Amino acid sequence: MNAHPLEQQKADPRLVYDDPRLEPAALERERRHHEASWPDPRGFLGWLRSTDHKSIGLRTIVTAFVWFAMAGVLAALMRLQLSRPENTILGPDLYNQIFTTHGTAMMFLFAVPVMLGMGVYLVPLQVGARAIAVPRLVAYGYWMLLFGGIFLFAMFFANVGPDVGWFSYVPLSGPEYGIGKRPDVWAQLITFSEVSALVTAISLIVTIFKLRTPGMALNRMPLFVWAMLVVSFMVIFAMPAVMLSSTCLILDRLVGTHFYNYAEGGDVLLWQHLFWFFGHPEVYIIFLPALGMISPIVSTFSRRPVFGYLALVLSNIATAFIGFGVWVHHMFATGLPQFGQSFFTAASMMIVVPTATQIFCWIATIWTGRGVRFTTPMLYVLAWFFVFLIGGLTGVMVASVPLDLQLHDTFFIVAHLHYVLIGGSVFPLLAGIHFWFPKITGRMLNERLGKVAFWLFFTGFNLTFFPMHILGLQGMPRRVYTYPAAMGWGSLNLLASIGAGIIAVALTVYLINVIVSLRVGAAATDNPWDAADLEWSTSSPPPVYNFSPQPTVGSRDPLWHTELTPPFVIGLNPEKCEVLVTHLLDAEPDHRYPTPGPSIWPLLAAIATTILFIWSIFSPWGVVWGSIPLFITLVGWFWPHRGVPPREMERELARLEPREATS
Amino acid sequence: MAPLIQSVLHPAGVQAARLNQLWWVMFWVCTVVFISVLTALAMAIARGRRSASNASDATLTGSVGAAVGISVAALLVLLTASEITGRDLDALKAQNALRIQITGNQWWWDVQYLNPDPSLTVVTANEIHVPVGRPVGIVAKSNDVIHSLWIPALHGKRDLLPGRQSEIWLQADRAGVYRGQCAEYCGAQHAKMALTVVADLPDDFERWLSHMRGPAPPPATESQMRGRDVIERGPCAMCHSIAGTLAGGRTAPDLTHLASRSAIGAGSIPNTRGNLAGWIADPQHIKPGNKMPATGLASEELQALLDYLETLK
Amino acid sequence: MGRFTFALVCTMAATLGCERETRRYTELPAAANRSTAVRLTTLQPGSPQPISNVQSPYQYNAYGLAEGKRLYAAYNCAGCHGVAGGGAIGPALMDDKWIYGSHADQIFSSISQGRPDGMPSFGGHIPDQQIWQLVGYVQSLAGLVSQDAATSRNDDQIVGKPENRIEGTKQIQTGHR
Repeated sequence: MNAHPLEQQKADPRLVYDDPRLEPAALERERRHHEASWPDPRGFLGWLRSTDHKSIGLRTIVTAFVWFAMAGVLAALMRLQLSRPENTILGPDLYNQIFTTHGTAMMFLFAVPVMLGMGVYLVPLQVGARAIAVPRLVAYGYWMLLFGGIFLFAMFFANVGPDVGWFSYVPLSGPEYGIGKRPDVWAQLITFSEVSALVTAISLIVTIFKLRTPGMALNRMPLFVWAMLVVSFMVIFAMPAVMLSSTCLILDRLVGTHFYNYAEGGDVLLWQHLFWFFGHPEVYIIFLPALGMISPIVSTFSRRPVFGYLALVLSNIATAFIGFGVWVHHMFATGLPQFGQSFFTAASMMIVVPTATQIFCWIATIWTGRGVRFTTPMLYVLAWFFVFLIGGLTGVMVASVPLDLQLHDTFFIVAHLHYVLIGGSVFPLLAGIHFWFPKITGRMLNERLGKVAFWLFFTGFNLTFFPMHILGLQGMPRRVYTYPAAMGWGSLNLLASIGAGIIAVALTVYLINVIVSLRVGAAATDNPWDAADLEWSTSSPPPVYNFSPQPTVGSRDPLWHTELTPPFVIGLNPEKCEVLVTHLLDAEPDHRYPTPGPSIWPLLAAIATTILFIWSIFSPWGVVWGSIPLFITLVGWFWPHRGVPPREMERELARLEPREATS
Repeated sequence: MAPLIQSVLHPAGVQAARLNQLWWVMFWVCTVVFISVLTALAMAIARGRRSASNASDATLTGSVGAAVGISVAALLVLLTASEITGRDLDALKAQNALRIQITGNQWWWDVQYLNPDPSLTVVTANEIHVPVGRPVGIVAKSNDVIHSLWIPALHGKRDLLPGRQSEIWLQADRAGVYRGQCAEYCGAQHAKMALTVVADLPDDFERWLSHMRGPAPPPATESQMRGRDVIERGPCAMCHSIAGTLAGGRTAPDLTHLASRSAIGAGSIPNTRGNLAGWIADPQHIKPGNKMPATGLASEELQALLDYLETLK
Repeated sequence: MGRFTFALVCTMAATLGCERETRRYTELPAAANRSTAVRLTTLQPGSPQPISNVQSPYQYNAYGLAEGKRLYAAYNCAGCHGVAGGGAIGPALMDDKWIYGSHADQIFSSISQGRPDGMPSFGGHIPDQQIWQLVGYVQSLAGLVSQDAATSRNDDQIVGKPENRIEGTKQIQTGHR
């Protein structure tokens, strides 16, 4: 028997290359040690305290989908109102709150969080880490998302729903024209969701840079991980702009500062620049993770490694860079000098190139694959090519300044953005849920129901949004609660409303599929799709500690290259709740790091932050007095403590031992 | 009422026609790209199903590179088309232009035909007339929030920003009635903030403009007299003005030639006696949230008021 | 538990938010017309009577107060009383001295009936609803309405605090300038 890692625990972790395979009994013993040392708090309190990235990631995804459903109901109400001209189901006051809350919830409470949630769940598994970095911060981020969403929808039901558009242009949202607390609700929701996104992004970056398992050099990272890395950086650069601008807005409204008051030297366009400097990268923050999900799905169901790994990675990075240089194309109608027009038109068109590169790489992958398997996830991805191409090409059209002057703020844009966001991101997301559902839950989704939902969704989606292109060209502006019958927009609007009904049916079927499969779905094996990435090497669902023993990789597609014998890590201590920290570029083992255990403090800190945020809408003193409970919770959070006492560890092992012996 | 033209695809002016051309260039190029890519995808699927391919990675790189190259070329075509259109539109600003100042308000358009001689300035609201074949320079402003002036049959949109002044140049080629609408979300009644544009032949336009310079005609009948009385002594004059009367409010649309307009409530409803009565009696029912309050006029006051308003041709 | 919290938060928000955020576009508070029988002085014969407790219906209503602010400019109240009630040829409205009283019904009757030495009568020219909105706004200049509902600064050159930062103080009725 080779040296057991337990006996090497004093040493630094290092790699052993001469295949020191452990006996099954030793492996099993190590697994039991992990079982004992990784805390898995149970019960409701345990749920509140959990810092396991899988638990947090999953609940982020579920929570985001709850907000998605609620914002979707609002969308259905809008379609109901617009289904015929001069409809009076909703008045302007309610309609304006509905479309604002719909947009705000979809962008800030669904799209970004669900993508980051997928990242929180999958990234540690894909990089072969036992845990996510700074897990308590991630837990805090989740609670902020939850409280932010509850805050927005509670306010909406109390008739304080924001009614100034998801972009909240000043001066409409400013102190003079934004009446009551409605715009404050919007502005503070931004703070909630941005705090949540920022802390998650920080955690993902650290996880990807420092917790990759040995062997996973940067050039072997799965493409989804690359996408999440790029997106996390984009979050860090983009989100502060909108947090800053929305905080300035609250200051303008509450204490009478003059950031956006043109009469006192402020500027209404300042808002638009700051907002879109965030707002356009936001689109790519939503879109790039979706692209990251497409790669493994295309690769798995074409049964070959994805073609053009380097091109795909560089395209991701290029998109992120160019994405920060195109924000002004949301503001073409404000009037620009000719040179500015040319620059931003060119930049907006240039961003097509990396995306086109990715599309061609995937087509090449399919072309040279060993036959496409038409599973539900693959169907969504193939449909993605269709719908996203439409969205992307209409994007090229509106990148042109002169043409945008006709199309801007019409239903053409509504069509475009839904083709890009639903077509470009939600299709891959639904594919991803189908794809990773077995890993997350241990059960397969029903393929037949899945395909029914897919075809309904695909039909309903196109029926809803394609007519909107034509409506826009016929002159129908966005954000109108009604339109005169004489305009002749009635029939296409009715068609769109029928399509919205079909989407609702499709998503209901999807939900039924999830619920039914959770109960009676076929049990999933570790790797049901025969995929290549590391998350498929552990059990479905994964244990708290993700992997035992610590995996190592020797190629980009570790599960497809089993002939390569990966090195083995020694020097880890399975008795402790620790992660292996590696070097940034080559992922050479560096040192062990104890990962923080479950804690109630992130929840308490989030509650304190929520109180501060909501209080500060009503009084600037909310910031002052509200920071006291927040400070207390942070003291509790960072209070030094010793790890699990050795004696407790022994008890835990003793508890596990007999059960293992009898089995 | 004439059918309302508010479509990008039915241009009636020089600028809109150029934009329409650009649209069709974009449309066809994008359609070709769309079909090509989907064909490639379909072929890839078909090929993959038939047999495992033996294309080498180098061949693949070449093909993908070529595809990207073609995409870049297509983009350059579109970029060039866009640039040319942009410069052409810029170059269209012309001599001998008619100057109109349009000011956005929540939720109506204040219109002034500027003239170096202030006494010849024409003030009206929610409806403009333009001469066919002559460039029109619109000076756009806002009194409150951001609005956007958009007359799709004539030109693209231009935002009206508070504290700034912007300009837009357009020129109608055909006589007709075109509808414009606010295109930037501006609050509760953003949906009902329309602008009627009537393109007249030059002679008709001059006749219209000189008529507009005149004050309201004096009331002829007893009832019309009583109607003017209601305006001057009642609530109307607090906000509206009618040239030639005591009504001089400046916070609501000018009513001097109200009866010559085709719609009321910034394009909310056609201008008929019945609609006008309904509007005055309860404007909040027709356009909830607009700034005109219900005034609770007695029935006979209302009838007299309507009698008078109908004379304001 | 989550559902319970949600319901609790909803209820709390509803009670807090409702009145402030309601937008009543049409209302003719016929009974609210207090143009007669408003006492303008505390001096009276016989035993002292309690001061009437009529409030502006827009005391807690953000939309009504914002409309009041708009009308204050639209009807040129600012021309005499100054922008934000600083006072000019008309008395200041932002201090704690009121010639004809600071109660809602007193202000209503001042606007509606007019006052000697220059205050015109608006009754009959503007709907009572708008007078009440003006009453609410004028009171907000002295901090007499809910700070949550009061308007904030406008997009203009301004000095002094916005209305939602003005704290209410004891108001006195002077009876003379």
